[in-house]
Amino acid sequence: MSTKIVTARVGVPDSYLLSTYLEHGGYSSLKKALAMTPEEVHAEVNASGMLGRGGAGFEAGRKWAMLKQDVVRYLVVNGDESEPSTFKDHLLVEQDPHQLVEGTLITAYAIGASRAFIYLRGEFALGLERVQAAINEAYAYGAVGRNIFGSGFSIDLVLQPGAGAYICGEETALIESLEGKRGFPRIKPPYFPAVIGLYGAPTIVNNVETMSNIPWIIANGGKSFAALGKGRSTGTRLFALSGDVLRPGNYELEMTSKTFRELIFDPEFGGGLRDGRSVKAVIPGGVSAPWIGPDNLDLPLGQDEVAQAGSMLGSGSIIVIDDHSCAVRAAWRITKFFNRESCGQCTPCREGSGWIEKIMHRIELGSATESDLDLVLDVCDNIAPGLTWPPQQTTICVLGPSIPSSVVSAIKMFRDEFMIHIKEEGCPFVH
Amino acid sequence: MSFFTPENLGKAQVLVGLYPDKRSALIPLCHLAQGQHGHLSNEAMVEIAELLGIQPAEVMGTASFYDMLHTEEVGKYLVGVCTNVACMLGGGLELLEHASDVLGIPPGATTDDGMFTLEEVECVAHCDKAPCAQVNYRYFGPLADSDFDRLVDDLRSDRLSETVPPHGVLSRVFRDAPAMVPLEIIHQERRDMDEAKKARLAAQNQDAGGKQ
Amino acid sequence: MSTDVSQNLITISVDGKEIKAVPGELVIEAAEKAGVFIPRFCYHNRLPQVGMCRMCLVEVKGPRGFALQPSCYLPVSDGMEVITESDKVKKAQDGVLELLLINHPLDCPTCDKGGECPLQDQTLTYGPGESRFAEEKRHWEKPIAISDLVFLDRERCIQCDRCTRFADVIAGDALIEFIGRGDHTEINVFPDRPFSSYFSGNTVQICPVGALTASPYRFKARPWDLSQVESSCTTCSMGCRIMVQSSQNELTRYLGLDSDSINHGWLCDKGRFGFEAVNSSDRVTVPLIRKNGSFTETTWASALSLIASKVSSAKAAGDPNRIGFLLGSRLTNEDIYAWVKLAKGVVASDSVDCQLGDGLSGKVISVLPRATINQAASAKAILAFTGDIREEIPVLFLRLREAIKSGKTKLATIGTHASSLDQLSDVSVKVSPDQLQLLARELMQESSKFPDIASLFTTQGVASDGDGLVVLLGRENLAWDRSVAEAFAVELSRALPKAKFLITIRSSNFAGGVDLGAVPGLLPGRTPIEDASLKLRQKWVNLPGRAGYGAAEMLKSALRGEVDVLFLVGSDPRQDYVDSVLANSALDQVGFVVSVDTYLSQSSSMADLILPASSFAEKSGTTTNLEGRVLTLNQKVTPRGLSRPDWTIASEIALELGEDLGFTSAADVLDEIAEVSPLHWGLSWHRLTRSAALEGVVIPISPTSLSIRPNAMLDQVSTPGIASVWNQGLASSKTSFLENDSEGDIEQVAEAPSQATRGLGESIWPLAPIQLLGFMNLVYTPKLYSHGEHLKNSPHLSHLAVEAKCRISGRTANDLGFETGDSVRVADKAGGEGLFELEIDDSVRDGTVELTRGSFAISGFSPVRIGETVNYVKVERA
Ligand SMILES: Cc1cc2nc3c(=O)[nH]c(=O)nc-3n(C[C@H](O)[C@H](O)[C@H](O)COP(=O)(O)O)c2cc1C
Ligand code: SF4
Ligand code: FES
Repeated sequence: MSTKIVTARVGVPDSYLLSTYLEHGGYSSLKKALAMTPEEVHAEVNASGMLGRGGAGFEAGRKWAMLKQDVVRYLVVNGDESEPSTFKDHLLVEQDPHQLVEGTLITAYAIGASRAFIYLRGEFALGLERVQAAINEAYAYGAVGRNIFGSGFSIDLVLQPGAGAYICGEETALIESLEGKRGFPRIKPPYFPAVIGLYGAPTIVNNVETMSNIPWIIANGGKSFAALGKGRSTGTRLFALSGDVLRPGNYELEMTSKTFRELIFDPEFGGGLRDGRSVKAVIPGGVSAPWIGPDNLDLPLGQDEVAQAGSMLGSGSIIVIDDHSCAVRAAWRITKFFNRESCGQCTPCREGSGWIEKIMHRIELGSATESDLDLVLDVCDNIAPGLTWPPQQTTICVLGPSIPSSVVSAIKMFRDEFMIHIKEEGCPFVH
Repeated sequence: MSFFTPENLGKAQVLVGLYPDKRSALIPLCHLAQGQHGHLSNEAMVEIAELLGIQPAEVMGTASFYDMLHTEEVGKYLVGVCTNVACMLGGGLELLEHASDVLGIPPGATTDDGMFTLEEVECVAHCDKAPCAQVNYRYFGPLADSDFDRLVDDLRSDRLSETVPPHGVLSRVFRDAPAMVPLEIIHQERRDMDEAKKARLAAQNQDAGGKQ
Repeated sequence: MSTDVSQNLITISVDGKEIKAVPGELVIEAAEKAGVFIPRFCYHNRLPQVGMCRMCLVEVKGPRGFALQPSCYLPVSDGMEVITESDKVKKAQDGVLELLLINHPLDCPTCDKGGECPLQDQTLTYGPGESRFAEEKRHWEKPIAISDLVFLDRERCIQCDRCTRFADVIAGDALIEFIGRGDHTEINVFPDRPFSSYFSGNTVQICPVGALTASPYRFKARPWDLSQVESSCTTCSMGCRIMVQSSQNELTRYLGLDSDSINHGWLCDKGRFGFEAVNSSDRVTVPLIRKNGSFTETTWASALSLIASKVSSAKAAGDPNRIGFLLGSRLTNEDIYAWVKLAKGVVASDSVDCQLGDGLSGKVISVLPRATINQAASAKAILAFTGDIREEIPVLFLRLREAIKSGKTKLATIGTHASSLDQLSDVSVKVSPDQLQLLARELMQESSKFPDIASLFTTQGVASDGDGLVVLLGRENLAWDRSVAEAFAVELSRALPKAKFLITIRSSNFAGGVDLGAVPGLLPGRTPIEDASLKLRQKWVNLPGRAGYGAAEMLKSALRGEVDVLFLVGSDPRQDYVDSVLANSALDQVGFVVSVDTYLSQSSSMADLILPASSFAEKSGTTTNLEGRVLTLNQKVTPRGLSRPDWTIASEIALELGEDLGFTSAADVLDEIAEVSPLHWGLSWHRLTRSAALEGVVIPISPTSLSIRPNAMLDQVSTPGIASVWNQGLASSKTSFLENDSEGDIEQVAEAPSQATRGLGESIWPLAPIQLLGFMNLVYTPKLYSHGEHLKNSPHLSHLAVEAKCRISGRTANDLGFETGDSVRVADKAGGEGLFELEIDDSVRDGTVELTRGSFAISGFSPVRIGETVNYVKVERA
């Protein structure tokens, strides 16, 4: 049995209540942290080497170190989780909201935030209720508010609901949304909100899972965290497995300890595919990531390992597509998602996403010609010049260059399948 | 006449007070208004604009960006069928078709009795229960066609009113404590913290210097 | 920009060519100055950058080699390498254009923008050959009216955020917004809240496609039929620089020119759409003489000889001051000079005034140290005691708003009523007349009774002698006699001798009037008559021997039957004089009223003789804006009917009287002005139309500033057609400021002529207001759309005219038992009364009544009576 960090209490009855959390040693990390200096807390996180769990995989300790030391600075927790097939934060906020609150408060202390916000995806109705209840309980318990546990440290924690816009997961769009505006990603530079963020003040944005790891790191020390995993991939990660597997679900695994194949086929995890089917493609790290083929199934689940294979571990979600499923249809559906979710600022993303979706749909429906394949790739190239990985971009944020990932992967890996759609004027798969 | 009920106006004022800049309360206030009225009416947006000191057009401009904020009336139950890739692999598109047949409306429409609005939605982070649907943002899945029929039945006959409140009611848990630590106090605390930190660093440097 | 900027310049390379750039400037700007035009849509030099359209992508070398970057968002840095022409850039530009076009309708033939459309133009230059888009385009309902003046075609919109940014950031009227998300984004207004901004026309001008069109211009002309000249708007005293366009000898459109010192490219809607008044069919086109109570046409010759005989006999009767001259805001400097010369140099009457009781005394204006708009916008602090700038001088409001919002300066306001400046001010103090004196004396003292203002100014670094402070001085409330503001200003100027004043009086060219002697007692150059120079005496043969009357005294003496001939030159006192009761009864008593006018105004329609005058754009000349900047006005169309420019009419009358004013062209007049007026030294038509065309010249000119830098004039994206005219040199010559730098800076504005403030403003302090039984405080101010000939004759503006309402606060209404919609009788102190609809408005102070000037004309009723220092009114249920 491997170490469970963020899901240790998942499955425990009433895991979301303060009483349960306290029974399991809850808030002792916060007390411990408040007895340390903020630098010491930061040092532990540095020592853990933990990479952010939101998708970009930037080291948390390093990000905190970049925070401009103005008097006013903020902490914003990114719980907008909307990357298709990512459902790990959903689990964490519903099942262990106090862990998130505690991690957030420890971080707020370490970085000296003036106020902390948890921005939660609006559709997480139950999550919103659980986190708000947890915050209320935490106030009553004295873990947040004025002079926490008599330490002299005070802070307020505010839960902010989103309202349904994928782009608000992008940290600068999230900040705009938190300011009560349209979720338009901000143009860079500055490259990080750590310089100019919420209300123009330096701001740290970290993912829910990132925050949820903090109490454990403080309780057990950054070194113990770093002892798990390999290379830059330290600790555990919550992998959200979905698609054509028998046992989809969230699995917390020590990083790099398992391969894709093990995750998909191990009876303890994915449990394999339906009778006799085989893996056609895997989308690792959310639909923004390029697909990998069956030849890459033995890659370990680690940040750099997946990057070397030309994709990314991203948000830690893994979609399995089996050989009975249509690659064209999957790629089309993903472009439709991006078209619906483009914020609309940048011409290439706003107009390109719609055009690509329309062409892909025509291909899937069988009313396209071969030249449409070149056309769609060329439109993709106008959003992500060169169609390289990591992508170049003609847009403000990386949603734009994420659009081509699936299209390009699918055409590259399954050109024959596209051609069948075109020649037979329709999709050969039964749905 | 104010749009918000006195009770909700109180909640609205608490929300406005939570932020260094009150415009941040825009989305929470829109949710509050939807909770009261089922959708976000023009009247509500005008009042929200007043509470925030901005123009109604700014409220509408912001609200219209977000899928959950409905400026047009929607049914008591907003049924969202996910067809994004994980659900699609599990039959999401077919489930949507079935839902459309059962409810007798295309996606985007509302039944004549005002009970249901059907939507095709993007991934709702319930992918291990594919294909799944949300009803007023409460999740159901995996749903075979028959499961969906039962769900509609249950909703029609009010058997799920505990789990699924009418559209607009998002979180039923509200903040207990409007009282915040005033930012001035926080800022003073932070200044002191930063000073102390500087002093510690200086002392460390001196130590390091002394040892050399 | 001073010369030493060149030492801080950095070097970047653009397409392999080294160019100099100013640190902090954007790549797109630096490249353009070096002659490399990078295509763009969303970029606008006066708006915050958003980098949304992605048209301006160029390759910039970074740590990982060359990558595409938006040149509109990237500041230059030393050694930066930029490539604007490469396959990669070309592909990106092609791509953006193709993508913009996939959902853009192909209705160019019927689109107002066709022919001057950057989307069209850039598609030709940078775009793909043909579209590969085979699907259905996005559809929206074709143009919808989002206000009375602006139509929106959402299909044409390319989501550049220009209109929305302008409305929100520059105008502060966030009434149009992006609605929806992604490729469903549209621009729209909130239901039942139209885009009723005073500045809406600017969004039409800066829209890079035909999405926003203005109703006065829609389908009027095609760009290739237009011809144009540069000019200056004379709707108010701001003097915004404009491009005047016409088609087939009819005005079709004004566009704002981007002048650094004045309007930054913006215009208000009243100015922009006022061109319709010139085209009005109600123009007076022939001389008209009153016979048996009605007008009949007459010839110029008989009209002029009749005038000469009336003037001669009046003169023969004795005091030439019995011949009065009221000059209006339509006049150019040349018109004013000619008429003043006629009055003071030929007729020998000193009874000349260029204001109608709504301004400030010419003498006081003359002695206050003058500030420019740019100085106000960069002052350490501003003190405003003025009418609502947004209502009176709208584009000045934009300039101040920008300056304050961007933190360049801070503002304190004092006054009697809420104004749009309050939203911008850090301190806003309501005062009574008697407190003003105290305030002026103690403004910068620690013990000040107004500590908020004092501490704001001190923290801002205003010196104890007022250095760094700019005072906006206008008529905050017309219910207070002008002496209140004058005494305040004089007192303040004594206490803070280094403080500068920007006179915020609305009426156009009031400054030219004051500078050119259209006030009693002064000659051109603000010279007292007794100090007339030899040069002037040679040209002005009959100087007045006796002090004449200003408007108020002129009207009062007319009432006593002591005015024999009155010239109303573009002046309509029956409608516009603050005390309309006085004006109307006085004019009834004048022996012979000559009206030189463009329309049958209230006054001209009751005159004895009407001479048709040429209107704006029918004559050339100069005007002086509120900061003392002399700007050119250019003729675009031929004068209507038999109308003539005002200065020629003065010359003709002089000739009839046996004197030759000595002018054959407006340029002659300007030359003489420069000769006799020390203030106007160095001015010439040549100079104003060459090096100083765009920015004009602030007078007096300092000898070291013989040239100024013209700025980029028009944003090339909104009006590429115009920009190309500019490039062809048909407008004024284009000079890069880098070349021109050594020639110094025109912003060295002269201080006031060295007249002391002594003797002025003594003993005119009014008493503290006394609450007379039943009377209430009165606030009497104009709005932008107050009635007037201009508004009446502009079909698309006339229905915007403000309604006559009597506004009081909710509390006061409660006390009096009134409700909104009630009909009330307002009585002035002299017993006149008028009926008004009551409106509850909580921005009105308790115990105060607000009436809008120019919203009503009621015979026998004038809420403001000349002679009262503070006016009150009574309000009763009708
Ligand atoms: C289009 C887009 C969507 C994103 N969505 C999310 C999200 O839902 N949740 C999240 O934590 N990060 C998301 N991110 C990444 C965030 O911008 C940011 O990197 C992250 O929240 C930082 O947290 P971490 O350092 O703890 O990983 C998204 C980024 C992009 C470009
Ligand atoms: S790339 Fe797309 S989502 Fe990102 S800012 Fe541009 S338009 Fe918006
Ligand atoms: S992105 Fe630079 S001009 Fe639009």
